[in-house]
Amino acid sequence: MAEYETIEFDVLIIGAGGAGLRAAIEASSTGISVGLVCKSLLGKAHTVMAEGGMAAALANVDERDSWKTHFADTMRGGYYINNWRMAQLHAQQAPDRVRELEAWGAVFDRTREGKIMQRNFGGHAHPRLAHVGDRTGLEMIRTLQDHGIHQGIDVHMECTVTSLLMDGDRVAGAFAYARELGKFKLFKAKAIVMATGGIGRAYKITSNSWEYTGDGQSLAYHAGADLIDMEFVQFHPTGMVWPPSVRGILVTEGVRGEGGVLKNSSGERFMFGDIPDNYKSSTADNPEEGWRYVTKTDRNARRPPELLTRDHVARCILKEVKAGRGSPHGGAFLDISWIKEKIPNAEAHIKKKLPSMYHQFKELAGIDITTEPMEVGPTTHYVMGGIRVDGETQMSTVPGLFAAGECAAGLHGANRLGGNSLSDLIVFGKLAGEHAARFAQENGKPAISDADVNSALLEALAPLDSSRATNAGGAYQIQYDLQEMMQSNVGIIRQEDEMLEAVQGIEALKQRAANVAAPGNRQYNPGWHTALDLKSLLLAAEAVARSAIVRKESRGAHTRDDYKNKEEKFDSVNTIVRMGKDGQMQVTLESIPKIPAELKQIIDDHK
Amino acid sequence: MARVTFKIWRGDKQAGEFKEYNTEVSEGMVVLDAVHQIQAESANDLACRWNCKAGKCGSCSAEINGMPRLMCMTRLNDMNLDEPVSIEPMRAFPVMKDLVTDVSWNYRVKKKIKPFKPRLPDNDDGSWNMQQQDVERVQEFRKCIECFLCQDVCHVLRDHHKHDEFIGPRYFVYNAALEMHPLDEEDRLADLKKSQGIGYCNITKCCTKVCPENITITDNAIIPLKERVVDEFYDPLTKLFRIFKPRK
Ligand code: SF4
Ligand code: SF4
Ligand code: FES
Repeated sequence: MAEYETIEFDVLIIGAGGAGLRAAIEASSTGISVGLVCKSLLGKAHTVMAEGGMAAALANVDERDSWKTHFADTMRGGYYINNWRMAQLHAQQAPDRVRELEAWGAVFDRTREGKIMQRNFGGHAHPRLAHVGDRTGLEMIRTLQDHGIHQGIDVHMECTVTSLLMDGDRVAGAFAYARELGKFKLFKAKAIVMATGGIGRAYKITSNSWEYTGDGQSLAYHAGADLIDMEFVQFHPTGMVWPPSVRGILVTEGVRGEGGVLKNSSGERFMFGDIPDNYKSSTADNPEEGWRYVTKTDRNARRPPELLTRDHVARCILKEVKAGRGSPHGGAFLDISWIKEKIPNAEAHIKKKLPSMYHQFKELAGIDITTEPMEVGPTTHYVMGGIRVDGETQMSTVPGLFAAGECAAGLHGANRLGGNSLSDLIVFGKLAGEHAARFAQENGKPAISDADVNSALLEALAPLDSSRATNAGGAYQIQYDLQEMMQSNVGIIRQEDEMLEAVQGIEALKQRAANVAAPGNRQYNPGWHTALDLKSLLLAAEAVARSAIVRKESRGAHTRDDYKNKEEKFDSVNTIVRMGKDGQMQVTLESIPKIPAELKQIIDDHK
Repeated sequence: MARVTFKIWRGDKQAGEFKEYNTEVSEGMVVLDAVHQIQAESANDLACRWNCKAGKCGSCSAEINGMPRLMCMTRLNDMNLDEPVSIEPMRAFPVMKDLVTDVSWNYRVKKKIKPFKPRLPDNDDGSWNMQQQDVERVQEFRKCIECFLCQDVCHVLRDHHKHDEFIGPRYFVYNAALEMHPLDEEDRLADLKKSQGIGYCNITKCCTKVCPENITITDNAIIPLKERVVDEFYDPLTKLFRIFKPRK
C-alpha cells in the first residue's frame, strides 16, 4: 500500500490567495498551530490577477461616502438576494482591513492630501476603490504573504487536497498530494477553512487559471455542506478577444473607471442606449456629464453608462455583436486613447494609471492602447455562488468547516460589483480565521478512520492505474469537452432545453472521467493532476447547470432567453444545492431571512 | 499557420535530455500555448508551471532559445520558427522535473530579511500620510512578480553558486522596497553588507535586462543600497552626522 505522511494542526487553511492568507494570519495570531495548503507556489494564486482595486468606504476622495452607501450599492448590485448580514459586515469592516494592509507594508496610490487614493468603479456611487495602478491584487497578495511568513504558519506549496475526511458530521482532516514527487499527506485538523476560489475553468473563455476547478465547492459538497446560488456566474464584460490564444484574459474595469468608453463598429457609444430603470437617476445621459464624473470635476455629475454593473454591460456588448455591430473579432471597442482630446498628457497618464494593461496589449496583441482602441468581449470571471456560510462566523453547514472568499457565497447575491472581491477576501478571510481558531480552541481532536484514509488514497491513485485504457489527451479532452459545452449551453444567455442537454452531457463526462487514465509516473505529473481535478470541475458545472434550470427568471448575472424578466417569486430566495441521501444532487429553493428594518431603511434611503 | 518544432528539455534531478515535438502554431500564440498544446496532444505528463498567462504571476519562467523569459509573454511571431525553438528550465536552480525547478531557496532567503516595521500612525484611525512622489520609487520595486528570472541570470548565483552568501537581485529589490519605504524604521544595512553579500554584485546589469516588469534593478535598487552601505560603514563623517539625524 502506498504511504502517506501525517501532519496535525489546530486549523488548516486550504487555498493561499487573499482570503486564505488573511485567514491564516488571523488564526495564527491567536497562538494556535496553522497549516496553509497552496495549489501553486506561495504568492501565485489568482488574487495576483485582480487589477482594479478593493472597495472600502474610506471616504478619502468623496467625503459623502459611508458604509451605508457601500452596503446599499452592494445590495442593489446583487439584486437583493445577498446575505444582508455579510453585506453589512463587509461594508463596515472593509476600511479597517484596507488600513491594516497599509500597516503591513502595502503602498497604495495617494491623494493630493497624502491619503489612500480611491477610484470609480461600476455600481459604486462614489470613488471607492483603493488601488495601486492596475495591479492591486499583486499588492494585496504580496503584502499578506510577506507579513504572513513571519508568523510561523506551516506552508505546503504545490499541494492539492483531493478529499476531506470526517468524524461523523464534523470535518476532521484533508487528504492531499504534493506535486513534486506525487507523495500523499494527511492533514488532521480541528477546523478547516476553505479558500480555494472559483470555478472558471468549467468554461472555455475564461480569465481564470488552471487552478480554478471548483475544488472547495466540491470538497465541501461531498462533505455534506450546502452550496447556494451556483447559477450566478459572472461574465466580466471586458476580456481580450484577439489573438485567439489570449481570448478571455481580463481587461480591468479600471479602464472604464479612468474614462475608457465602449463603442460599436459604427463608432457609437451604445451604452447610452440601454440604461436600466433602477439606475436611470444615477447614470449620465450624455458624454460630457460622464467625463465630468470620471475626472471628479463635478460632484453632481452622474457616472457614465460604461460603469453600469457587469452583468448589464456584458449583455449590451453581446447585443451589439449579435446585431452585427461588433468589432472584427466579435467584441466591442474599448477606447481609452480618446482622452487625449480632453487632457494634455494623455499618453503618460494612461501608462501611469493602467501600466499593466498597456503592457499586456502591447506584448500580447501588438496594440498601443494610448493610440488605438482595444477589442473586448465577455469572459467567465467569477462565481457569486458557492459554499453556504453563516454570515457572522463563516462556518458552513458542516461543523468545523469554514469558507471565505470566492468559494463562499452570500455577499454578492446575483451579481458582484467590481472591487468587492478583494475587500471580501480580507474582511471574511479574517472572520473565517478568527472563528475557525475559536472552534479549534473549543473543540477536541476529531478522529479519522483508517478506512476513510485508505479510500481517499485509492481514489487519488486511480488515474495512474496502468490497466486503464490509455488514450493520450484523456483528461485534457474531457476538460475541453466540458468547457465547450458549458460555454454554449450554460453561458451568458441560457435556456431550459440547452441546460437539460448540458446536465445529460455532464453525466456522460462523469462516466468518462471515472475511467480516465493518466500516463506517466507520480512525479510532477500535470496529466494526473488534470484527471484528479475533473471530479470537482464536473461537480461545479453540474451545480451551475442544475441551479440555473431551477431559477426560472432572469436576474443579475443569470440571464434566460425563455424567462426574460425578473420574477417576484424569486425575489427573496436562494437556490440550495446539496447531496441527497441517494448520493444524487438535489436543488431546492429557500427563503432568505427577513432583512431587519434598519437595513431595509438604508436601502430605501439610497434608492 | 504552420507546424513548428520545439525542443523541450525532459528529465528530472538525475538525468534529462531535449526531446523534439512538432505542433501547429496559430496567430498570436505564445510559447506557453505551444507547451500546453504539446502537453495535451502528445506529452500529458510534461511538467511546467503557469497561472495567469498574462505576465502577472511570475510562474512560467524558463529559458527560451537560451534566454531567460516568461513563456506566457514570449510571442512566437517574434521568433525564427524555421529553426527548432528550444525550451529548458531555469539553470540557476535545481530541476524538479522537465521545465519545473526547485525555487524554494528564494522563499528561504526572503524569510531571513527583516520585515517591514512602520513608524507610529500619523492619524487616529491608524492611517498615515504619504505623498505620491514619495511612494513612487517603492512602487516600482513592488511591481516584482517573483519570477526569479533575475536570479537565474545573475552570474554570482548561476556560475559561482554563492547561494549561501548572496541573496540575488530579487532580494536587493525587496530590501530596497523596505529600506526606501517612507514609513519603515528598520535598519537592514548591516545584513546587506554581511550575510546578504551585496558586495558580490559587480553591476553587470544582466538582471535588469531580463526583468519582465522592467524594474531598473541595478540603477534604482542595488546602486543606492550599495551607497547606503558605504555611507554607513566606511564614512566616519556621515556616520557621526547620523547620530544626530535619522536616516529617513
Ligand atoms: S548587476 Fe549584480 S545582481 Fe544584477 S546580474 Fe549583475 S552581478 Fe547579479
Ligand atoms: S525583479 Fe524582475 S526579474 Fe527579478 S523576480 Fe522580480 S520581476 Fe522577476
Ligand atoms: S503564467 Fe503568470 S507570468 Fe506567465
